[in-house]
Amino acid sequence: MSMQPSNHPAAHREVSAADALLSVDRLRVSFPGKGRRAPATEVLKGVDLAIRPGETLGLVGESGSGKSTIGRAVLGLAPVTSGTVTFAGRRIDRLSARRRRGLARDLQVVFQDPYTSLNPSRTVGDTLAEPLIAQGTAAGASRERIADLLGRVQLPADAASRLPREFSGGQRQRVAIARALALDPRLIICDEPVSALDLTTQRTVLDLLLEIQEATDVAYLFVSHDLSVVRFMSHRVAVIHHGEIVETGDAATVTGTPSHPYTRTLLLASPVADVAEQRRRRAAADRVAKKEQQT
Amino acid sequence: MSENLPATTAPEPGADTPQVRRTGTVRRVLRNPLGALSALILALLVLAVLLAPLLAPQAPGASTLSEAFAQPSAAHPLGMDSAGRDILSRILYGGRGTLGGAVLALAIALVLGVPSGLYAGYYGGRFDAAAGWIVNLVMALPAMVVLLASRAILGPRVWVLMVVLGVLVAPSFFRLVRGIVADIRGELYVDAAKVSGLGDTRIVARHVLIVVRGPVIIQVSLVAGIAIALQAGLEFLGIGSTSSATWGAMLNEGFQNIQRAPRLMLWPGLALGLTNAALVLLAGAIRDALDDRAGAARKRSRPRKVRGRPAGIEPATRTASLADATGRSPLLSVRDVVVAYAQADGTDKHVVHGVDLDVHPGEIVGLVGESGSGKSQTAFAVLGTLPEGGRIARGSITVDGREIVGLPEREHRTLRGRTLAYVPQEPMSNLDPAFTVGSQLAEPLRHHLGLSRAEAAARALELLRMVEIPNPEQVLRRYPHEISGGMAQRVLIAGAMSCEPDILIADEPTTALDVRVQAEVLDLLRRLRTERGLGVLLVTHNLGVVADLCDRVAVMNAGRIVETGDAADVLDAPQDPYTRTLLSAVLDDAPARPAWQPHPSTARTATA
Repeated sequence: MSMQPSNHPAAHREVSAADALLSVDRLRVSFPGKGRRAPATEVLKGVDLAIRPGETLGLVGESGSGKSTIGRAVLGLAPVTSGTVTFAGRRIDRLSARRRRGLARDLQVVFQDPYTSLNPSRTVGDTLAEPLIAQGTAAGASRERIADLLGRVQLPADAASRLPREFSGGQRQRVAIARALALDPRLIICDEPVSALDLTTQRTVLDLLLEIQEATDVAYLFVSHDLSVVRFMSHRVAVIHHGEIVETGDAATVTGTPSHPYTRTLLLASPVADVAEQRRRRAAADRVAKKEQQT
Repeated sequence: MSENLPATTAPEPGADTPQVRRTGTVRRVLRNPLGALSALILALLVLAVLLAPLLAPQAPGASTLSEAFAQPSAAHPLGMDSAGRDILSRILYGGRGTLGGAVLALAIALVLGVPSGLYAGYYGGRFDAAAGWIVNLVMALPAMVVLLASRAILGPRVWVLMVVLGVLVAPSFFRLVRGIVADIRGELYVDAAKVSGLGDTRIVARHVLIVVRGPVIIQVSLVAGIAIALQAGLEFLGIGSTSSATWGAMLNEGFQNIQRAPRLMLWPGLALGLTNAALVLLAGAIRDALDDRAGAARKRSRPRKVRGRPAGIEPATRTASLADATGRSPLLSVRDVVVAYAQADGTDKHVVHGVDLDVHPGEIVGLVGESGSGKSQTAFAVLGTLPEGGRIARGSITVDGREIVGLPEREHRTLRGRTLAYVPQEPMSNLDPAFTVGSQLAEPLRHHLGLSRAEAAARALELLRMVEIPNPEQVLRRYPHEISGGMAQRVLIAGAMSCEPDILIADEPTTALDVRVQAEVLDLLRRLRTERGLGVLLVTHNLGVVADLCDRVAVMNAGRIVETGDAADVLDAPQDPYTRTLLSAVLDDAPARPAWQPHPSTARTATA
C-alpha cells in the first residue's frame, strides 16, 4: 500500500474507494407496508460506509435505528431500494441468487441470538458442514475442516456430534463463529454477537473475535447497541439514528468526545460501573437535557 | 448434585451439561405401547391384504348359491354371505379396494398439497396468493356433495372417487405445510444457511423438510382414516361400484340382511374399525414422540404443590449462624434462605444456598449476578412466586417485621398487592394486548382497594402522571401495541405503585430498553425512592445500572452472595475474586481500539 490512510487527516471519514473492501453508498432500504395500500417504511435513508481489509467498523444505534438492516442488506437478506453495495470492487447489491451464493466464500455472518441461529435439530457438525457442502467439499476433508474449526473457537472436538441444546449461550456463539470462519471469509457481519451473553462470556467471545482478526486479517462490520463493546472492538465507529449515519470517526473520538448531539446523549445515557464517574455522567446528561428543553 | 455447582468464574458455564441421549422418532413411537400395537395391527392388515391371493380360500367373486349364509366351517372360517361367497376372501380382497383407494387419495393429496405448500410458504408472493384463493375455494366445497356429483358424472368407479377425494383433501396438506414453512423462513438459521451459500433446494431439504415431516405424517394417518371412512360410507349407501368387493360394499350387503345374518356386518365393520382406530392411535403416538423430542430438554417433573409450611422447613432462628435477630431490616430481611427444586428422582436440587439480604426503607439494593447465579430465584422467593417445583427449604424472610416463609398463598397474594410490588423485565409481554392500558391499571385498583369505576379511572390517571407519561388521558385509552417499550415499562411501574407498596422488586427492569429510555426509567425509580421512601430490590446483571442507582449491592454467584457492601466500595475495591472477575470483564475502562493499520502481510488486499 503506497498510501497511508491512517495518517491522513480525513482518513476516518473517507476511506478511498481503492482501499475499501466493502463500500456502501447512499443505501436506501424500504419494507413494504402491511396490506395493499399501506405506505412502505423507509428503514435506511441513504447510508454511506466503507470497511478496509482487516478493519473493524463498529455500527452503533438504538433499536429500530436500522443498524441490523445495513448488515442484512449487505448480505442480500434485505431488499435494496436504491444505492450501491460494492465488495472487493464488485457491485453486489443486485446479484442473482446464484452469484450471491458464490459470495459465501468472502462474506459471512454471526447473528445476535445463538439460540435461534443454530437449527435445534441438527448437530453442530451438520451446521458447520453447511458452508462446506455448498462449496462441494468432500466428506473427509469436510470432517477435518470441522475439527480444525472447533479447535479454533476453543470447543472440544466431540462437539461436532452434539446438538445445540447441549451448549451454553457462549458456546453456541462460538459454533456460529466457527460456521462463519469455515470458508475463510474476508468480511464477517457481526450482528450484536455478544448482547445475549453474560458479561464474562461476552469478554471471552470478543477476545476470540479479535484473535481471529489478528490471525486472518478478516474485516468485521460490528453492529451493536453497546458503546463500550463497540469502542473495544472497532477501529472506526459509525453512529446510526433513524436510518441515517449521524457521525463516523475513529473509535476514541466517537466514543470519547463525540461531535454530534445524538452521539453525546447516547454516550451520557450509557451507565458506567463507577459510582463517582456515573454521577458526573448523569449530571452532564441532565444539563444537556435542560439545555434542550430551553431551546 | 445438590450442593457443589461449579463456580461460573470459568469462561463458559454449562460445559458440565450432561450429554443428552438422542433416540430416533421411530424407536420412540414403538416404545409407546399404543404406538407399537397400532403399528403392528396396521402392518398385519396391510400384509394380509397384499397376500390375499395366498391367504384367501377362494376368489372373492366365486359364489356357490347353495351355500348362501352358510355358517363358518373349516373351508370357510368366516362363513358365507348372501350370495354364497366366502367372507374371508372378500374381506382380504376387499381390503385392496378400501386401503388401495385410501392410498390413492392420500398420494394425490400429498402430491398436490405438499410441494405447493412448500413453494408458497418459502417464496410467498403471487403463487402464495393464487394458491390461497384456490385452496379456500376447494375447502368451501362440501366433500360429500362433490363426491356424489362426481359419481353421477364420472361413473361409479371407486378409483375415480378416490382421486376426487384426494383433490378435496389436498388443501389441508397445503395449509399445514405452508404455515410451518412460512414460520421457518424467518428463522435466523435459515438466513445463516443462505449466507453460507446453500441453494434453496438444499435449504428446504436440510432445514425445512425435517420440521414439516412430523406434522405431515400425523396428518397422513388422520386423512387416511377419513378417506377410508368416507369411501366405506359411499359404498354403504350403495353409491360405490358394485362390481368389486370392498369393506363398504360388504357392510351394505350385511345391512340388507341384518335380520337374517347379523354377523355379515361384523367382519367388515371390525376391519374398518380396527384400521381407523389403529391409524388414529398411531397418529397420536407419532405426535407424542415428536413432542418428546422437542421438549426433552425442558421436561420437568411435577411435584406436589407446596401448601402452607413445608414439612422439612427449619426456622432460621434455630440455625446457629445468624441466630441474632439484631441488624435485620424492619422493611425486608432475608436470612439464610435456601431455594430447592424437587427433582424427578425425589431428591432436591438447591439453587440458592443460604442467602442473607436486607433492604431498608428508602434504600435501593442491587442484586447482581450472571445468568444461573440464583438472583432471580432469590427475588421470586421474596415474592412468593417460585416456579412450580421450587420451594423455600430453609430460612426466614420478613416483610415489615412479619415472617412470610410458609405463608398461605392467599395471604401472600394480598401481601404482593399491598406491600410488595413487582416490575418485570419484559414490559410488553406483561401487558395484556386485548385490554387498554387504562383498564389494566384500573382493574387491580378496584379489586385490591375496592374503588368504584370512576375512582379507579381517576387514580389510574394520577398514577400515569406520577410516572411522567405525557398525555396520560390518551395513553389510558391506548392498547399495549400502540405504546413504546419504555412507556410500557412506565405503565408497569405505575401499576406496581398503584397500591402504594413499601417495597418494589424489579427484575432486570431496563434490560429490554434502549440506553436513553433506560436512563429515564432509572431516574423515575430514583425519584419514587426519594419521594415515597420506597425500598427497592433491583435484580440486574448490569454493573453500570448498579453504579447509577444502587446504594448497596449484593453480588451473587452460583447461588451464594459472595460480597455485599456500599455500591461505591464494591465497585471501586472489590474484595471477592468473583466480583473482581466480573468487574474486569466490564469494558468501560478498556482503551478504545487504536486506528487501523494495513496488515503487515498484505497477502490479501482489497482488489485481489
